[in-house]
Amino acid sequence: MNLDMMAMQAFTGLSIFTILTLMALGLAIVFGLMGVINMAHGELMAMGAYTTYFTSLFFAKFLPGLFGIYFLVGIVLAFFVTFAFGWILERGLIRFLYKRPLDTMLATWGLSLILQQLYRQFINAKEVEVTTVSWLKGAWQVTEGVSLPLSRLFIIGLAVVTAIAVYMFLYRTRWGLRIRAVTQNRPMAGAAGINTERVDAFTFALGCGLAGIAGSSFTMLASTGPTTGQAYIVDTFIVVVFGGVESLLGTIASAFMIGQMQSWFEYSMSGSMARASILLLVIVVLYFRPNGLFATKVRRA
Amino acid sequence: MSNFNRRQFIKTSSAIAAASALPFPMINIRTAGAQANTVKVGILHSLTGTIAIAEKSVVDAEQLAIEELNKAGGVSGHKIEAVVEDGASDWPTFAEKARKLIEKDKVAAVFGCYTSASRKAVLPVFEKSKGLLYYPTYYEGLEQSPNIMYTAQEASQSVIAAMDWLMKNKGKTFYMIGSDYIWPRTTIKIAKAVLAKGGGKLVGEDYYPLGHIEFSSAINKIKGAKPDVILNCVVGGSNVAFFKQLTAAGITGKNQTVLSLAVSEEEVSGIGADNTVDTLTCMGYFQSLKNPANEKFVKSFKAKYGANRGVGDTLECGYISVHLWKMAAEKAKSFDVEKVVAASSNLEIDAPEGKVKFHAANHHLWKHARIGTFQPDGQVNMIYESPLIEPNPFPKL
Repeated sequence: MNLDMMAMQAFTGLSIFTILTLMALGLAIVFGLMGVINMAHGELMAMGAYTTYFTSLFFAKFLPGLFGIYFLVGIVLAFFVTFAFGWILERGLIRFLYKRPLDTMLATWGLSLILQQLYRQFINAKEVEVTTVSWLKGAWQVTEGVSLPLSRLFIIGLAVVTAIAVYMFLYRTRWGLRIRAVTQNRPMAGAAGINTERVDAFTFALGCGLAGIAGSSFTMLASTGPTTGQAYIVDTFIVVVFGGVESLLGTIASAFMIGQMQSWFEYSMSGSMARASILLLVIVVLYFRPNGLFATKVRRA
Repeated sequence: MSNFNRRQFIKTSSAIAAASALPFPMINIRTAGAQANTVKVGILHSLTGTIAIAEKSVVDAEQLAIEELNKAGGVSGHKIEAVVEDGASDWPTFAEKARKLIEKDKVAAVFGCYTSASRKAVLPVFEKSKGLLYYPTYYEGLEQSPNIMYTAQEASQSVIAAMDWLMKNKGKTFYMIGSDYIWPRTTIKIAKAVLAKGGGKLVGEDYYPLGHIEFSSAINKIKGAKPDVILNCVVGGSNVAFFKQLTAAGITGKNQTVLSLAVSEEEVSGIGADNTVDTLTCMGYFQSLKNPANEKFVKSFKAKYGANRGVGDTLECGYISVHLWKMAAEKAKSFDVEKVVAASSNLEIDAPEGKVKFHAANHHLWKHARIGTFQPDGQVNMIYESPLIEPNPFPKL
């Protein structure tokens, strides 16, 4: 393995890390902060991807001159569409199931099947083509042997921006304060005058919106179809559980570790073996640390 | 976690299906399907679930063929009535629906299945209940059931021809990559045998789980190995990721020979034609083939389903399956399964893919292997056509 290859593999690891971070942030909020196991998280990513697809159709038809920026608009729209859907979902379904985690799982799993079939029925049973904008095609040729795909560079940037935004939101705004207050002590937060129901809806919707951003940006890397979400969901859960359910930083650290493992394992063995090895390692770690690598010690009531 | 639930479900339900399959009595179906002036046939594909992506359009092609035949007077004067069942991408469901079609609807033949897994699931049902299945997907071979007619190419009919052509025209070092299940594994096994015989060299072999979407390490490995040819046996949605990421990494059909064995015009619509342009594909049929039968097929398909719809290899095989059954039934002057199968031996059809015929004994078709390059519009420009290749589902390697 020469130096160029080392550099490219290191970049691959970094890229997988940011992809996993984007995937898992939303789930970490919904699962980690609220304790809701949302099995439809993957389908929300697909919803984000489809939103981007429709944005691209709209721009191609009505604003062909501005096609270059459709992707940015698509990402923002994907956030708002999935955010709105998440809000409705929380108000209409999830809030009745807060004290029944198993039922939530079943309900959201059912929802994921329903969403898949809706995509299949009303959009297309086949994958749709989402055009990558021309300024994100190709690669940045650093040296002769090292070229870094622009799409992956963009996703790295997007993940950094999103992660910082989420952090700032949770720790530097009033809404963030309310969310944290409700997570830590619901009755107390309610007594202090926080409308906990609205906070729940908002938190859930935020998680869904982040899924939308992830799904939207992944249209550059992978397919957009009814079952797209299934390709993401397992990794997403692994990252969140491995990192420790209650900590956002843990999620990011776990995404980093799994990203590095995936990159080096896939380089040194066949893809399937790499996958199996990662899962094996995750199982071993969870055996010794059942609450995840970075579980914060919480005193449970 | 969804996998866990699903697997449990499949396990239990297949156990139930297997248990209930055993004590079924044999049913005499001498008069199968035929009633007064109609004859029933079954269409059994996934209309829902993961595989619906590929199977829904095959149903369209089969229904088009049935409609055509009915317009032209049906089969031996019988009007064809299609019973469509949804296998739901779930193998026990396929088996259950197959039994329903054969025993309750008493269909004369079933056109269906896409994945090998679904075919393996219905095979015992068809053998036990004496049904007749036409299977329209290219597959890995290693099978020959008295109750199944295979109308697409088995592995040796595409991969051997493709490897010979590649070694003669494109170079001798190969990187082989595929999804991790029986079809790519068998295909690559055959490819490696051909490669060794031809004095070529394998510089890398890699398998990824079905549905995998992260290929950057694989692409780095390919870059390091610098093969003359990438033999791509990746299947399904993974191909979208594979081609998008190849293109982003600067590997395109212009600077690297890439030959795919599971990418037809159908898949390209999801991958994006600009990501596949100038790469090679090997299939038995391309939409762009120039002959009257094909022009008629493409024209009537577009007329029925819309001008933006395209056809591909599996659709064409589904389409000719219906016609092959009709010809065999008329030749046999019966809808009896054994007689139809017997009449199929050496049966020749002027198909959209050219003249093809059933093998005398092994239930597969003699076929052409064709290699072509993908064009910017997603269609294929054929550059090589093999003579008719004898089907050999059990190749000696």
